[in-house]
Order: sequence, then C-alpha cells, then structure tokens
Amino acid sequence: MMTKYVHQPLFMTGDEFSIATFGLLGPEGELYQGASEPALERDHARRLYQAMLATRILDERMMAAQRQGRLSFYMQCTGEEAAVVGATAALDDADMIMAQYREQGALMYRGFSIDEFMNQLFGNELDYGKGRQMPIHYGSRKLHYMTISSPLATQIPQATGYAYGQKLAGEGHCTLTFFGEGAASEGDFHAALNMASVHQVPVIFFCRNNGYAISTPATEQFAADGIAPRAFGYHMHVIRVDGNDVLAVFEATLQARKIAVEQNQPVLIEAMSYRLAAHSSSDDPSGYRAKSEEEAWRLKDPLLRMQKWLVKKGWWSEEEEASQQETLRREVLETLKRAEKRPPPPLDSLISDVYADVTPALQRQLDQLKRHIRRYPDAYPKGAQSLDLDVGAATDTGGEV
Amino acid sequence: MSTMNMLQAINNALDTAMAEDEKVICFGEDVGVFGGVFRATSHLQEKYGKARCFNTPLVEQGIIGFANGLAAQGVVPVAEIQFADYIFPAFDQIVNETAKFRYRSGDLFNVGGLTIRTPYGGGIAGGLYHSQSPEAYFTHTPGLKVVVPRNPYQAKGLLLATIRDPDPVLFLEPKRLYRAAVGEVPDEDYQLPIGEADIIKEGSDITLVGWGAQMEVIGKAVELAEEQGIACEVIDLRTLLPWDADTVAESVLKTGRLVISHEAPLTGGFAGEIAATIQERCFLYLESPIARVAGLDTPFPLTLEKEYLPDHLKIFEAIRESVNF
Repeated sequence: MMTKYVHQPLFMTGDEFSIATFGLLGPEGELYQGASEPALERDHARRLYQAMLATRILDERMMAAQRQGRLSFYMQCTGEEAAVVGATAALDDADMIMAQYREQGALMYRGFSIDEFMNQLFGNELDYGKGRQMPIHYGSRKLHYMTISSPLATQIPQATGYAYGQKLAGEGHCTLTFFGEGAASEGDFHAALNMASVHQVPVIFFCRNNGYAISTPATEQFAADGIAPRAFGYHMHVIRVDGNDVLAVFEATLQARKIAVEQNQPVLIEAMSYRLAAHSSSDDPSGYRAKSEEEAWRLKDPLLRMQKWLVKKGWWSEEEEASQQETLRREVLETLKRAEKRPPPPLDSLISDVYADVTPALQRQLDQLKRHIRRYPDAYPKGAQSLDLDVGAATDTGGEV
Repeated sequence: MSTMNMLQAINNALDTAMAEDEKVICFGEDVGVFGGVFRATSHLQEKYGKARCFNTPLVEQGIIGFANGLAAQGVVPVAEIQFADYIFPAFDQIVNETAKFRYRSGDLFNVGGLTIRTPYGGGIAGGLYHSQSPEAYFTHTPGLKVVVPRNPYQAKGLLLATIRDPDPVLFLEPKRLYRAAVGEVPDEDYQLPIGEADIIKEGSDITLVGWGAQMEVIGKAVELAEEQGIACEVIDLRTLLPWDADTVAESVLKTGRLVISHEAPLTGGFAGEIAATIQERCFLYLESPIARVAGLDTPFPLTLEKEYLPDHLKIFEAIRESVNF
C-alpha cells in the first residue's frame, strides 16, 4: 500500500465514521418509507414467526419451572428472538451455527423438538449431552448447531476455523457465530476477526448487542460506538441492524451470507437489541437497572412487531396467535412432565467420551465407584438406578484401586 | 464479634483492607454497582468510589494483565475472576507474568501486591464450567502463592494476610460455602498466617488432610470414623503453595496413616505432591499406603455430580481401609 503523507499531525478517533442502523420494519409493523420487503415468502415468514413464538413460550414456561424448583437453572432469549431467529432463517439450514448460550431460537427454527429441548434441560438419559452440562447447553449434529460451551467467546475463533474448513470443502456453506457485546471484549473475539480477514474465511460474526453483560452496561464495556467499528480495524464488511426488526435482520444476514459464501469474506453484524429478562435464573436485574428502562424496551417487543406485519399481510391472525400459544403451552407442559420423570444417564456415562476409548485407569475408577455405590445405594439414588445392586454387595472389600 | 457467612467475611476483609490502605483497589466483572455476582464486593464502590472499585470489560486476560501493571506500579490490586473456571484466558498473565515478575527482573520490579480472588469448586449443580477446582495448575507455578479458606473466620484473616503479603497470591474461595458456612468473625482487623497449616482436631490413629470446602466433607467422615473408635487428626492445609509439609509430616509420624482429599481429578492433583513428600519423610513410620480421595479423572459432570464428588462416605471408606490395612 502506498504511504500517504500529511505535514500536520492528524489524530483520528473513529468519530470520522458514523455507522447507521439498518431498519425495515417500523414499530407498528409497517415498512419504513423507502424500505422494501426482503424476499421472504409466506410459509418462510410463518416458520420464522412460529419459531420466535415457540421460543418465547418455552422460555416463559421453563423460567416458571425453574422458580418452582423443578429445574436447576435457566436462561431466556426474551427480547432477542428476532435477532436470533431472523439471522438463522437467512442461512441455509446446513450452515453451521456456533452460539453463545442465549440462542435457543436458532434451534427452534431448525426443528429441534420440545422433547429434545426438555431432555437437555433435565439432563436425563435421552439428553444428547448425557446430562453433563447445565441446562440450555444444547447441541445438535443433525441441525448443524455446535454444542454450547459456557466460557464466553471461545466459539468465535472456532467459528473462523470451522468456516475455513467449509471453504476447503467447497460445498458453499458458511458458519455463523453468535455472541454478546460483552463477550466481544474477550481476546478470542479479536483473534477470530483478524484470522478470518487474513485467511478470507466465510464466517458471519453476529453480535447481539443487548445492552448488558450480566450487570455491566454496554457503556462500561467499551468506549467506542458499539462493536461495529471494530470491523474497520480488520478490513471486514460490517453492518449494524435493528435487532428487534426481524425483516432487517433477515435481509442483512442474507446479504452477509452472499458475501461470505460467494466472496469468501467474513462479515460482522451488530444487532442492536435488549435483554428483556434477567441474565439467568441466578440473576436479579433490579440491583443494576431501572424498571422503566425495561418497560421502554418492552414496547419494542420484536414478536409484536413481526406479528403486526404478518397480520397486515394476511399471513397470520389473532385467532391463530391464540390457538398457537395455547397449543405450545400445553405441549411444553406435557413434555416437561415426561422429561423430568425420565431416569438419569447411566453411571457408565460418567467415564465415556473423556477420550475416544475408555482408558484402563478410568475403568478402574468406575469399578471402584460401583462397588462403593453398592455399599451405600441410598446415598446415590441416581447412580444406583443403573446398577444391579445384588451383585457383589456383601462380599466386596473395595480395596483394589 | 459478628455472625457472618463467608461472603460477608470476605466483603468485610475487603472493606477493612480498603479502609486501612488507600492503595488497595478492587475490580473485575460486575464487581462495581452490583457488588459482584456473588455480592462479595457489595457497597465497596458506594464507600470508596468508582476509582477504587469498578467493573471491568469482560476479559480475564485483560483483568490480570492490568492488575500486573498496577501492582508493578505500587498499587495493591484485588482482582476478581468471576469463576475459577474462567481464569484460563488469564493463565498466561498469571503463569508467565505474575509468577515470574520478581525473578526475571532480579527484583527490580515485582507484583507482590497482587491478589487474585476467585470462587472455585462443585456441589452446586454447576456442571463442567461452574464447578472446577483448578488449584493444581497453579501449585505447579513457582512464584505464586495459593491460599484457600475453609470458613468465614479463616476467610477474613487469610484474605487480609493475602492482600498484605509481599508476594502475589491466588485466593480460591469455596463458593459452595459462600452462604452455607456461617460463624463468628472478629470485627477488628486480624491476619492468619500464610504458609501454615491448621490442625483442626488432634487424634492418634490417622491423619486427614484437605483444604477449603473439602474440610466440611472431611469433618463428616471423621464423625463416622470416630463413632467406630478411630481417633482422627484433621489438618486444613490453608496454603497450598508454599505448603506446610512440616505440620503434615509431624502428624503422620505420630499416626502412621494419611488420607488426602480434594475435589479436583485424582491424576495430577495436589494430593499426589503431598503423598510423595510424606512418603519421603515418613516412610518407615507408615502403617498403610497413603490414600487419595478425589474427583474422577473426568471433566466435572452435572446429573451424576453426587457420584463424581469425593464425599464423606468415600472418605470414610478410605479411613476404614487405611486402618484395616
């Protein structure tokens, strides 16, 4: 690159650039003047909305179940359904998604069943993750949704790597990774963006800027104008979008995917939204933000906005809304009752998957544990369920290691 | 004296240290207005201002790198890592920087003022990433000190000593006991010694060694053993690095038996270091093999957490086996 000289000191702050927010759908479900609708067919639009609605209802019910003590932990997507589901709907269903943890809407859109959600939430014998992770740590190989890992931002450079593999495979797929504006402070975020730009990787970095990292407001997270300007430093395509505007999120992601897949270029999307619920069931936002602030954002509910648009188009009705809600609530409750009664994963699952094959040392540890549980079955009700308690109970000395 | 839980004792220690020395400052994710996700830093921002107690961006490597620089400059930073499971992005700053600052500069510079507080341990349905006990990664790091309190009284006295210690200290807080452990804590400023184990209970038949939350579990096992007439000596190591081998060796010379317990996986756990040292120093006095009761060599599970954990029944069995060897 040619060096361009100036002969007076010139400091820049980034304020030279102002990043506008892309929006299509106004608060009343009407297109802004000059905006045009994205190519979203009736059935596709309905699928998208139904996934948003199902996510909202699952979240409401499961948070209630957590409050009743039926579930150890929960996290809601509430307020961010348009950002999450809108982005997912713009992808090919076989594109990879590497989420942070608040993106159950993406799985809902791709057809993860309520049973599948519930089995993970209760860590029962049917949970794909074998009851090892806390609730909401979903994963699905068939739906191209990487299993969630709690440590923040670790998935972002992994997405760059995964997408580089997709580029090598040459099948026209990309990876979209979700993360919050707080996680974007981690070193992993910066490493991911730089490597994606340098190696020309088909990856979409989707930042859900929801205003809070637990209690820390975005104003204490960064001094710049959000996350979007960081793309300039890596010479990356970037767009900021109204995260509560499902049409804008859909269109932005659709275009981003074209850039990623057709040009092998990464894209950063910053979706401006708000975490309407607490960070998690362990959190109480009344300690750090005003109710009035939450109320103001409640008026911008992304579900309501999309619903109004759908109704105007004649693609949805109030009757359908009511019956759908009723059906979903019933399904969630029935499924919940089923899942919480299912037995835990078998004791042997404690030592499987640590390595591809169980090591002899681990097998000895499990055998020792089994002898111990046979001696004290009442102290380990879950582990004892999968043991034949009569075998070796009286004779075993448990001495070998 | 006041009755406090462990969080209140930690909060009280931070308050005491900040009041006594204006160079002491606290920071980390959510520690400001909110007072930390566990509320260990409650009201400190209110009391000492935003310059001395504040939220950081969400970046552990940044928090500890920043803390290293601050400490080198002469400030006394108390940095919080929200969960020990999330300390690893800061591993480079801790292992290569914090621990080696003094040595590599020939003591031209040091970060001795630094304290890193972090909650560790399982038993709270936290699964893989809210349960780990990573102490052994750090006990393998010369230059660092590692301290773990077992109750509110110990927490306040050890934390005050940690903050004022001339070396950088990793202070691991047993989060399962944050609210569960309640006890009498002096209102005044006091310190408990770093590098010294605490003999909680004397006994002649067997020595039990642990630290942090595991002391409560060992206590329950000891009750079962004593019902069977086994006299147990119980030692809380309190400091894992540098650890008090003299106190443990002296006890084992007397009892001839040793059981060590920690939640972290067995292989590479700190119990291995203790066992090796004690067999060296007490070889001819040992009546049975030194036993380790630890977590399995797997990541920390969720649904089968109870089965995974080295609970009082597993420790009791180890005591019985040792005595009947």
